[in-house]
Amino acid sequence: MTVTAAFFYLFAGITVASAIMVIAARNPVHSVLYLILAFVNSAGLFILLGAEFLAMILIVVYVGAVAVLFLFVIMLLDVDFAELRQGALQYLPIGTVVGIIFLVELILVLTTYAFDPALLNLPAAAERQTGVTNTAQLGSVIYTKYVYFFQLSGLILLVAMIGAIVLTLRDRPGVKRQDAAKQAARTRETSIEVRKVNSREGV
Amino acid sequence: MITLVHFLTLAAILFTLGVLGIFINRKNVIVILMSIELILLSVNINLVAFSSYLNDIVGQVFALFVLTVAAAEAAIGLAILVIFFRNRGTILVEDINTMKG
Repeated sequence: MTVTAAFFYLFAGITVASAIMVIAARNPVHSVLYLILAFVNSAGLFILLGAEFLAMILIVVYVGAVAVLFLFVIMLLDVDFAELRQGALQYLPIGTVVGIIFLVELILVLTTYAFDPALLNLPAAAERQTGVTNTAQLGSVIYTKYVYFFQLSGLILLVAMIGAIVLTLRDRPGVKRQDAAKQAARTRETSIEVRKVNSREGV
Repeated sequence: MITLVHFLTLAAILFTLGVLGIFINRKNVIVILMSIELILLSVNINLVAFSSYLNDIVGQVFALFVLTVAAAEAAIGLAILVIFFRNRGTILVEDINTMKG
């Protein structure tokens, strides 16, 4: 058993175990933490496959942004999570049946599908020496052949960002805000009043 | 030696776990969103594995786009969840029936 195989089984085992914990944990905060563990180990698998750039993107985007977003939302919402767990076991039998059927079908497809034997014994890209790094390879196609798709994905992110901001923005009544135009439009006449105050009488 | 089938089997297991997660956490939208992330991760593992073993970089380009869309989907989904909770005070899936769907 080579080092690569050992690392594959390590990463794959932890990924599957933490995926089980994601769906089985009672507290959603624990679920998010296990999700982070699953993503980090998948990044390890990507490195084994020779996709270093995607591995780093997975850590930066998923662990750094998406998982933290999940954590923020869970902690912002004051939800009784015990209530959400009620009746979870009610769906466990049908879920398990569907899951097992699905898994068996998928593995049957994988094992009986006629791959080219030469294909199955190819080494992964990480073990091949090409002289070009993975990031350079990706960059050479993303910015040339797939540049429109790349820009489209940027547009999708922009729309998602604007959408999320617009959805969650709210005007609270009764909150004093600074209004720069109003401030600049103030004149002496509108803001100062000269009153004559008689002595010993007050205003 | 680790071959393509190893990675495909792992991705199949992860996909099944994601589907199972949707089934057994029917009440909790947050965990359902996390299960969807798991499903998308398994798809990405498939794409990267094929890309690596077939020596074709396009699979990784596709995985990158899947990642982008997944991030956008998570952001929008959680934003919708936040405003729903603000309006109704609950995130139970059964209570999400405002649109009579």
